[in-house]
Amino acid sequence: MTDAAVVVSGLVKTYGSVTAVAGVDLTIASGEVFALLGPNGAGKTTMVEILEGYRGRDAGQVTVLGLDPSRHRRQLKQRIGIVLQSTGVDRYLTVQETLAMYGDCYPHRRDVDEVLDLVGLREQRKQRVIKLSGGQQRRLDVAVALIGDPELLFLDEPTTGFDPSARREAWNVIKNLATLNKTVLLTTHYMDEAQHLADRVAVIVAGRIVARGTPATLGGRDIARPHLRFRRPGETLPAIETIERSDVDGYVDIVPADLTAALHQLTGWAIQRQITLDDLEILRPSLEDTYLRLVGDTGPGNDSGGS
Amino acid sequence: MSTPKPGAVSTVASGLALTGSQIRYVNKAFWRNPASAFFTFAFPLMFLVIFTALLGHGTVPIGGRQIHVSSYYVSAMATFAVITACYTNMAISLAFQRDSGILKHVEGTPMPAGVYLAARVLHSVLISVLLVALTAAFGKAFYQAEIPTGDTLLRFLAMLVVGAISFCALGFAIAAFIPNLDAAAPIANATILPLLFLSGVFIPIGDNTPAWLLWVAKVFPVKHFADGMQAGFLGTTFHPVDLLIVAAWGVGGLVIAVARFRWQPRA
Repeated sequence: MTDAAVVVSGLVKTYGSVTAVAGVDLTIASGEVFALLGPNGAGKTTMVEILEGYRGRDAGQVTVLGLDPSRHRRQLKQRIGIVLQSTGVDRYLTVQETLAMYGDCYPHRRDVDEVLDLVGLREQRKQRVIKLSGGQQRRLDVAVALIGDPELLFLDEPTTGFDPSARREAWNVIKNLATLNKTVLLTTHYMDEAQHLADRVAVIVAGRIVARGTPATLGGRDIARPHLRFRRPGETLPAIETIERSDVDGYVDIVPADLTAALHQLTGWAIQRQITLDDLEILRPSLEDTYLRLVGDTGPGNDSGGS
Repeated sequence: MSTPKPGAVSTVASGLALTGSQIRYVNKAFWRNPASAFFTFAFPLMFLVIFTALLGHGTVPIGGRQIHVSSYYVSAMATFAVITACYTNMAISLAFQRDSGILKHVEGTPMPAGVYLAARVLHSVLISVLLVALTAAFGKAFYQAEIPTGDTLLRFLAMLVVGAISFCALGFAIAAFIPNLDAAAPIANATILPLLFLSGVFIPIGDNTPAWLLWVAKVFPVKHFADGMQAGFLGTTFHPVDLLIVAAWGVGGLVIAVARFRWQPRA
């Protein structure tokens, strides 16, 4: 287990009668970008803040970089970088001053200009924090988290509330981190963010991990059967061996037992009868479908447990 | 750990260096915030001008001597300036830093809490010294105030520094009871303004003052601090007990602050 950055087993955290984290096991390898994906209130932030040392736990084992965050927080702080869900830095210092100031308290620090390049704030280095856009401030948060050259970086919902272009910029910054061989633990409620950034994903709902895997295999996406979908033609369809079949809003949606054979059968039938199959497409479950199915089992409205 | 474990001496040295660098950044941010810098400096001088214009004709009896009211107000407004710069500013700025997530952020870095807070206290003390010097210079130029010298100056500086640190500690303590930023200014003002009045900072305590009021003034630290400042400015007798009572309040504030201080906003 020497190359695991984070090892969690049987983690439980309750607030009064509310269980925020209900027995989580998790291992994050060194150098991987790991996304904790879940709806608001699923327990993502609670979990991450336990790993960061902000909160205690009620049961379970937690090891972060070989240390127990509740016992060795002081040593741990020097080796991790934290981007909190909502956070702040002094508004009247410049970008450069802010980085230099936080850099002062780390034993190993990165070069300020190098970090500025990494997050794309080189041009704003002399600007005061108060003058930065929301996206730029968030990138400054990431820069501050990187200034101590951490081995492990926590990013709690790094792009929530961003417009699409600011999200792209933030994603590029996080992609850059992967080239530094940092371990990254990211929380998000955006499927596309997890898909775009993470090597591995765990879906957390109501304090439990309900699925885990790579973005491609999560929830059995890779072995899920493809759908065939098209607008219902005027004539009766040929007999196709199907596993599932639905007929909604004028569309036929079938899960054929053998896609190739079914496609051949269907198109052959259509050509012969001179029927056009409008909007014909082959669908595989997107990460979003998979996620919604996983989350839907528990109900998306289940917002108990502080986020 | 590849780096050798630092000795106790170098730990202290690095702590001091970090405190020094923190004070520099606190100072930069302080002067760049136009509202805080302006009001911290302008208010006491503005009040000095207003109070002396309204009430400045005549004398106040203090310690058997008749003191010119305008000189009295130079000392009183220096007292007011220090209390504002330390108690009120500390309470409000900590509430702001807590609500905006700065404190939580700092808590997640290796910055020792003591360094972060000490830098802010020391900066307030430096600002207090500057404010008092400014008020004294203004008072000497326009209101016949005396500038303390020799032993008086030393006692005066001791009172000033102990007072500034104590009121910072009390600001920390009250910050623990401020639920959110909206409540910060009302709570800070509601706790200090009545005491400033009851301690004769705004209006001199006369001969016919009710006994209960004098007791209130005796119990709380404001009057003791004001008397200590007067000893410097007006040449009245310096009572070491004033210094001790102010210091005791400071220690009490510190104990409460350490026990109750929160780095995170109330959920």
